Amino acid sequence: MSSWLDYTINGLIVGNVYALVAVGLALIFGVSRLINFAQGSIYLVGAYIGWVAVVQLHTPLPLTIIVVAAAAAVVGLVIERFGLRPLQNSVRIAPLLATIGISFVLDQLVMLTFSPNPRALPSQLPDVRFQLGGGTIGPLDLLIAGVGITSALLLFVFLRYSKLGWAVRAASQDRDAAMQMGVDVNRVNQAVFGIAAALGGVSGMLVGMYYNQIDTAMSLQATLKGVVAEVVGGAGNVPGAVIGSLLLGLVESYGVAVFGTSYRNLFAFLLLVVVLVLRPNGLFASARQAPPEPLTGTFIAPSRPVRIPRWALAVAAAIFAVLPFFPVSFYVLQTLINAWLLGMLALSLTLVAGTVGQVSLGHAALLAIGAYTSALLSLTLSVPVGLAVIGGGLMSAALGTLLISPSFRLRGHYVSIATLAIGEIVSLVILNWEGVTRGPIGISGIPPLSLFGYDLISPSSVYWFSFAVMVVLALLQGRLLTSHLGRSFRAIRDDDIAARAYGLSLNRYKSLAFIFGGFAAGVSGGIAAHLYSYINHETFNTQQSILALTVVILGGLGNVVGAILGSVALVGLPEVFRIAAEYRILIYGIVLLLLVRFRPQGLLGTI
Amino acid sequence: MAEQHYPMLSLRGLTRRFGGLTAVDAIDLDLARGELISIIGPNGAGKTTLFNLVTGLDRPDAGTVRFEGQDITGLSPERLAAEGIARTFQLGRVFGNLSVMDNVLIGAHTRLRAVKPAVPVIGPLLELGLALLRPSSVKAEEERLREEVKAILARFGERLLPRIDQPAYSLSYANRRRVEIARALALKPRLLLLDEPTAGMNPTETAEMQALVAELKAEGLTILLIEHKLEMVMRLSDRVIVMDEGKKIAEGPGEVVRTDPKVIEAYLGHGLSGAAEQESAA
Ligand SMILES: Nc1ncnc2c1ncn2[C@@H]1O[C@H](COP(=O)(O)OP(=O)(O)OP(=O)(O)O)[C@@H](O)[C@H]1O
Ligand SMILES: [Mg+2]
Repeated sequence: MSSWLDYTINGLIVGNVYALVAVGLALIFGVSRLINFAQGSIYLVGAYIGWVAVVQLHTPLPLTIIVVAAAAAVVGLVIERFGLRPLQNSVRIAPLLATIGISFVLDQLVMLTFSPNPRALPSQLPDVRFQLGGGTIGPLDLLIAGVGITSALLLFVFLRYSKLGWAVRAASQDRDAAMQMGVDVNRVNQAVFGIAAALGGVSGMLVGMYYNQIDTAMSLQATLKGVVAEVVGGAGNVPGAVIGSLLLGLVESYGVAVFGTSYRNLFAFLLLVVVLVLRPNGLFASARQAPPEPLTGTFIAPSRPVRIPRWALAVAAAIFAVLPFFPVSFYVLQTLINAWLLGMLALSLTLVAGTVGQVSLGHAALLAIGAYTSALLSLTLSVPVGLAVIGGGLMSAALGTLLISPSFRLRGHYVSIATLAIGEIVSLVILNWEGVTRGPIGISGIPPLSLFGYDLISPSSVYWFSFAVMVVLALLQGRLLTSHLGRSFRAIRDDDIAARAYGLSLNRYKSLAFIFGGFAAGVSGGIAAHLYSYINHETFNTQQSILALTVVILGGLGNVVGAILGSVALVGLPEVFRIAAEYRILIYGIVLLLLVRFRPQGLLGTI
Repeated sequence: MAEQHYPMLSLRGLTRRFGGLTAVDAIDLDLARGELISIIGPNGAGKTTLFNLVTGLDRPDAGTVRFEGQDITGLSPERLAAEGIARTFQLGRVFGNLSVMDNVLIGAHTRLRAVKPAVPVIGPLLELGLALLRPSSVKAEEERLREEVKAILARFGERLLPRIDQPAYSLSYANRRRVEIARALALKPRLLLLDEPTAGMNPTETAEMQALVAELKAEGLTILLIEHKLEMVMRLSDRVIVMDEGKKIAEGPGEVVRTDPKVIEAYLGHGLSGAAEQESAA
């Protein structure tokens, strides 16, 4: 029985750490209705600053905590001032995309500075354990609990008794009314970003000490956990975030106790999906409330799409089609094959995120479903590869839509969280469902692409195949957009309430968009599996989801030609300029930020 | 037919609370076929909330909504649109990135038949297939609706027709309001709810809108109108209902209601707001 107490203590300690992240998220959401996807990156920065302080500067523990809190707060202030304040009057999608971009830039900067290899972060505390009832507790546990409780008290005093704290509370209750009463919203934003960042940074440092290890993968995990805790507690609800965090820590700890470590994250995300479906306003939300009538069409930037004449598109397609007849290098073909595969994913995402307004951050999961289905169909059932790829597309359409359907009644930022979590669930299921997916070993020996019995081995045949598939998908999508479904999708994106009032069922049309888009993404994943011949649960990761999102924004939301142009640009330009692989994601993040700030409609405009 | 005995719309004890505030408080209302009733009242009286309850965008805490004798309380807005209830929104909710044509075509969505076969389970997949394949029946239906949209837009003179392919966000405020009404008409509604259709319009535009509503009434459409401009209310309404703090405080012909001391007090009690303000501005 004693171990149960250990698991409880462990759950509460980990919950305390999550609380430090979640409280920051809740403060920010409260005043700016924004889910700060960069919160995990600040946590990461905190951990590495802690490492520098402890290992290189040999600071004593209290000073380490102060240094980390101060440095992280500065990062938070910079994000607020230069990343988000310029977007104050832009459309709602802009700050969401900006925090995603900032997160990628920060993570990459940390990775480039400190290398992706894990590092040890010593805790500077004596390594003893005290007996407590039937379990044990160490000094670090006490430190984490102490920091958690102290921060909560400080925050309470700040919010309750200081003038700025009063302004924060006023702004989070009714921003417009607070502004009319003379509350300086910029100062309030600064305050919450500074506090949130300080708490997040300290939290990252403590976790690093707790596991005696830090690495750059911590960032996304922290964002996800913090968001889960915050949503469970009710977005914007600070005490709710604390309770949600402790609950999440306990659920994970008991889950690990019963099922083993590899299930830890699965429990977190299942908890999120269950809460989003059953109580989308959190466990502690007050009575149901319809959102007050907002101004219309403010989610994406209005724009006039650039009209490209059909003959020009036909000429461009013809040039790409005859390219392999010319003496181009294998390297060029290979690059373009990657662009066409990314193009299919971008077509899918531009439909879902651009045309229907569901900004999916887990789109790589659709690739994975398509890839695994196609690989397994051809390997275990000996289905011809051409059919297997189509099977991958269909499975992705069906399963992807089914998995995403709980998020159909969510809006804006919540959709992004839900899709991010669902994407993680898919990769965790792939990792753990060894009977079918072969778990961490992955699937090797996947047969090469073949069509009607002919293997497509030569680079030009693979090139033609992937190009042709992408063109067909693009033509179909173009046709879809000019049908009544195209206008229905766009109407739902622009104003889902008005759309419902005119008889458009959100479930029906979001499903159709995900079915169509899921097919394209699944086919892309299927083809990729046969090209790579080996896949595992990490082949299709969040970085690809973000890359696809950047492509979609670059090309113009919902813009079919834009998605392809964006893919060629983002795959091709780094090759042209011979940019080293490790800098590419940094550049994608910067491109995303610049686009959101200076050309939100992308190159060819929103459709 | 038995149907004839029922009023078009009938509300009984309709109530909606937000926390401690009762936004709509036990409202009863009967609206006969072809009748036009105006709902007036100071800001925050609960008029828009009442519309939300009737159109399914919000659910009442108590009370019932009947439409042609059927209980429709708590049905989804999609269902109610299909039943023939159309509305416009106070703040103007056009689809900003859709063209005028597409905005109004969305209004006709519930009337799509060829492309939306009423088949259970696989219906949506058929719809996707038909949208991509576009057999002649689907093309013909789309063509017919487009012609209809042009006819509806022609009712607004030269205001909208020349801008038919422009995105709605590029229109003037008044034109966006017109697009909303055109969209509602494209549904071929049996009951039309207009939430302050002339808000923010100048006197000429208001007069045009008033003429249009009078025309719709003359054509036999049943209309529930929220309006602050009393001049217009007096001319158009068969009956006027006055709301204040969620309650119905007066009901009757315009002239009678206008001189009702309770009504005058409600407006004065709220200072120079709502109708009083609009009146003095006009
Ligand atoms: N979603 C909501 N949550 C909380 N309170 C609400 C909500 N919607 C409306 N209210 C409140 O209900 C009351 C009635 O609002 P409603 O919008 O129905 O008034 P109205 O009569 O339409 O006013 P106006 O003439 O200004 O349009 C107001 O006090 C408003 O603040
Ligand atoms: Mg109103």
